[in-house]
Amino acid sequence: MSGLEQWNWFLDGWIIVAGILCAISTALLGNFLVLRKMSMLGDAITHAILPGLAAAFMISDSRSSLPMFVGAVIAGILTALFTEWIRSFGKVDEGASMGVVFTSLFALGLVMIVQAADHVDLDPGCVLYGAIELTPLDTILITGWEIPRVVVVLSVVLLINLVFVIFFLKELKLSSFDPALASTTGFNATIIHYTLMTLVAITAVASFETVGNILVVAMFVVPPAAAYMLTDRLVSMIVLSAILATIAAVTGHLGAITVPRWFGYHSTSTAGMMAVAAGLLFGLAALFAPRHGIVIVFVRRQLLSWKILAEDIIALMYRIEERDPLQKPDAAYLRDILFSRPFPTTLTLRYLTKQGLIAEINGNYELTETGRDRARQLVRSHRLWEHYLVEHAGMSAENIHKQAEQLEHFTDRQLREKLNEDTIDTDQDPHGSPIPPEDEVR
Amino acid sequence: MNTSESSTSDPQSESSPVETPLSVYDLTVAYQRKPVIWDVSFEIPPGKLVGIIGPNGAGKSTLIKAIMGLIPKASGRVQIFGKPYQKNRHRVGYVPQRESVDWDFPVDALDVVTMGLYKEIGWCLPVRKKHRDRAMEALERVGIADYAHRQISQLSGGQQQRTFLARALVQNADLYLMDEPFAAVDAATEKAIVQILQEMKQAGKTALVIHHDLQTVPEYFDYVILLNMRVIDHGLTEDVFTPENLQKTYGGRLTLLEEATETMRRREQSL
Amino acid sequence: MRAFALVFLFASLWPNCFVLGAIDRSEIQTQQSITDRSISIPEWKDWKRVFFLEDYNTRIVILGTTLLGMSAGMIGSFALLRKRALMGDALSHATLPGIAIAFIIATSFGLNGKSLPILLAGAAVSGLLGIAAILLIRNLTRLKEDAALGIVLSVFFGAGIALLGIVQQMRTGHAAGLESFIYGKTASMVASDAWLIGSAGLTCMLISILLYKELTLLCFDEGFAISRGFPVVLLDMTLMGLVVVVTIIGLQAVGLILMISLLVIPPAAARFWTEKIVNMTVVAIILGALSGMIGSAMSAIFPNLPSGAMIVLVATAMFLFSMVFGIPRGILIRKLRRHQLNLKVNRQHLLRGLYEFLEARGLLNEKQTAESTFVPISTLLQMRSWSPAKLKKIVKRAQREHLVVALQEDQIRLTKAGLLEATRIVHEHRLWELYLITYADVAASKVDQDADAIEHVLEPEVIAELETLLVRQSTQGVLQSPHAIEIQQENANRSQPGSRRST
Repeated sequence: MSGLEQWNWFLDGWIIVAGILCAISTALLGNFLVLRKMSMLGDAITHAILPGLAAAFMISDSRSSLPMFVGAVIAGILTALFTEWIRSFGKVDEGASMGVVFTSLFALGLVMIVQAADHVDLDPGCVLYGAIELTPLDTILITGWEIPRVVVVLSVVLLINLVFVIFFLKELKLSSFDPALASTTGFNATIIHYTLMTLVAITAVASFETVGNILVVAMFVVPPAAAYMLTDRLVSMIVLSAILATIAAVTGHLGAITVPRWFGYHSTSTAGMMAVAAGLLFGLAALFAPRHGIVIVFVRRQLLSWKILAEDIIALMYRIEERDPLQKPDAAYLRDILFSRPFPTTLTLRYLTKQGLIAEINGNYELTETGRDRARQLVRSHRLWEHYLVEHAGMSAENIHKQAEQLEHFTDRQLREKLNEDTIDTDQDPHGSPIPPEDEVR
Repeated sequence: MNTSESSTSDPQSESSPVETPLSVYDLTVAYQRKPVIWDVSFEIPPGKLVGIIGPNGAGKSTLIKAIMGLIPKASGRVQIFGKPYQKNRHRVGYVPQRESVDWDFPVDALDVVTMGLYKEIGWCLPVRKKHRDRAMEALERVGIADYAHRQISQLSGGQQQRTFLARALVQNADLYLMDEPFAAVDAATEKAIVQILQEMKQAGKTALVIHHDLQTVPEYFDYVILLNMRVIDHGLTEDVFTPENLQKTYGGRLTLLEEATETMRRREQSL
Repeated sequence: MRAFALVFLFASLWPNCFVLGAIDRSEIQTQQSITDRSISIPEWKDWKRVFFLEDYNTRIVILGTTLLGMSAGMIGSFALLRKRALMGDALSHATLPGIAIAFIIATSFGLNGKSLPILLAGAAVSGLLGIAAILLIRNLTRLKEDAALGIVLSVFFGAGIALLGIVQQMRTGHAAGLESFIYGKTASMVASDAWLIGSAGLTCMLISILLYKELTLLCFDEGFAISRGFPVVLLDMTLMGLVVVVTIIGLQAVGLILMISLLVIPPAAARFWTEKIVNMTVVAIILGALSGMIGSAMSAIFPNLPSGAMIVLVATAMFLFSMVFGIPRGILIRKLRRHQLNLKVNRQHLLRGLYEFLEARGLLNEKQTAESTFVPISTLLQMRSWSPAKLKKIVKRAQREHLVVALQEDQIRLTKAGLLEATRIVHEHRLWELYLITYADVAASKVDQDADAIEHVLEPEVIAELETLLVRQSTQGVLQSPHAIEIQQENANRSQPGSRRST
């Protein structure tokens, strides 16, 4: 009983196309808003272009696109300008400056819209949150094809944004991360800034018929933010944001026509569902992103601490063997010395056994050959570090042990060689215990 | 993780004598998985002026903030006069860095100093004249009573620093933690602060001061802690403030240590 | 101060309580016909009707919006100082899904979905969830606060719009008009609405008065607050909670999008009028109240102006006025001060130039000679980078102040008063130069202060010390140039190592 049965390729298809175009063009610019910590400026501009639009309606007496764009661009630039003036001349906090400017412009716009609506058949609600469902109904003829007007407009805007981002990628990158440096390398970071603001305004206008003034902010901020969680490289981030924006647009529309049916209603606003879809994507990215995801980081830390425990166990067993080859410790003894908790200890012991590093006999454990090799490397690392720390870092012999304990887990062979070179070649650690050789002499 | 290889006895396992103003054991702090300070342990004898010395990025500010619980610690224990910090907060006066605050805030010097008494005054109760009088006394003590009603952004750097100091003094604490109080202040302010420190010492107070100017260390402090991620050494100035120790703190071939730290971090990420 | 504030609060509400008490609940006045959007010039009777509060509904609206403006002004002051001005924006958008869900739940239980308390409860819940989401995103991910605000704002609002789409299809017939939450319908405020605004707003203000000093400390120095054991996170959440409450009581009045402006604009405007936080809060309350009052009054007089928008525009007008004319922080007053400073500096440079000219030629030994010697203006031009026109202006002004006398426009001499003033200036200037030379490493931060008022810049101990030094060096009561002193000092230092901090 999903709404997909009523899928109409003409209607729904164009809606999705419009949604995708809108989402990608906004996401492209949104990357830089997020990186420059200006996410709310996108919100400010989309509110503040209202008086520009209203003025355009009143002056041109129509809803045609060109006056609207001009009006929006002027309003967008004025927003950025006024915010900057209030901030620097009035010495007002940046967020507050933005708040003053865009709310007052929005209020002005509301007053004007209420007047303008008399002249033009305009529903203020539509201005505010769009009516993407109506897009396919307003078409123009291009080379024999009936294409919805907004699709044409959005395609043009997408192209412009794409060109801007591609051609100015270097400058955008530099001025996003280091505006001072950008200015000294000869090109004007301010021009880039205002160009960006202009394009934001234009894109917002082009989008207002699809997702409306207010939900454009979702498309500006959320897919780039999600992309930011997934990668550290700018180009990847831009590409990912476009992909995620597309997914949000498609699933948003699909969700808008199917989800309400589960509860017995007809479809709901596509724009709203697009924002929700984007939000869900962000949530997933924030939690599960391979490197920075919250859940992933947590799991990783757990695994790391278990890995350290495993290595500690076999290193300990090596040292026990060294002292008394006949002693075979059991789990409780190991736990005692290592201060570890029962559950992780059991887990790691089982893991070590399965890996063939230790063998269990009646509850007591001993190292296997492979286990002994690995343990030897660990202990060697540890003792080399102790030497290094005493010699170079000036730590006293009592303190180095804890230090080396941390470091031994992260020392590979290369580092060990360097350590060996750097310390006096000796085969005894500062406590007098022998430093095991790199490879066992058989 | 302890092994049997060396004795890792906790010197604080018996409760420390109550006069020890500050004892830190095994303190480790990491910012986003990079260790900033590692296994820091020391005890401060009472009535001393202690300087914390180390290069930039050595974790000095982090140390103080971790002691007071402003930032979370990965491990370790801190005791103030024998009890955990939370129980003895009122005996500690904190003087943060000047940059930690927006000086354009609409308050005057007297207001800032009075803030030192807010906890004492109690929740929801108003500030009374007697509190303001005490704040005024503190301002007199640091020598800027004339500026009590000046808005704080119109104070010079030295006057701002003295305001912060007065705010700590007004609490009548026994241990003072100061984060770079001598940074970018004029000579007169520096002299005034040193004098106040001397008075405090004579009154039996203890002060832990982050300091950056090596030349003045022997003159100002009788006890130093040399810090560069770990404690290089700590003790009486004449014993510990030596060229070799300074070399180890500021110079030293520690690149392998950094490399291992890097490896640690990368390993963690790739897991 | 606290007692005064409480009395003020009650006093301002007192006459309004009479208004509320005397009225029975009559139904809402409808808005103007939707199609008639022209602004007509109101007649005198319209003005009278509003200004003398003859119309019941106007009374209610003005009362409600005034109370709203007051509470928003007070809470907004703290939000502004905490640099969280835009959080109100994000929070007000975040309330929409809660409103929709509350409506849905209430209706499915058979209640009247549009009852204000239910909807506001829904708004509060989703507002608080919004705060939690913002804090989580900010603290647990690499994103900064602006991105957290943007995400929460748009996603929550989008969810709200989607839910509203469903609400519109519900068969209750009450659904229409939920959207008025988005841009308010002030004109249809009922007495109970005003009551709600008043009581909730008053409670918020009381809480912030009680917690005044704690909130102030939180906004000024969070680190110090933590070190003293204040539960900073709790205080932060309380402040944000107050913002949420004020936001939701304003939803019906001015609407979602405009609510933020009442939280931001009056406090920002108030900042220009004072350097003390208590006064700032009071001014913000007053400006907020005025915005509400005047805005809704104007909307009542000119019936086609949406009231929410009018309130915001009035607030903005007050902000602009404050930004330009505010004392002590307005633009004009600062420019004026800077101008006066320039005048003073130029005058001093003129006098000092004259003095040094005379000094170099040994003409200062006798007062007679000093005061009667005419100095050609061209020599002064060489000393500074003034244009001849500018120098002429400076000389004219100095003449008016009886410090110099000009002869034929190209020669001037000092008067007795001028000589006195010049002496003082040169003395202080050389103190200043000496300070720079001796303590050059820290003095750079002082250079842009008013060089004239050296006693405000240097600590008294330093001036005393410098003066001791200089008096020792001077031979005639006025100083040698410190450059000569420096050479003597270096010689002294060489024989006495470590005596003074060298730079």
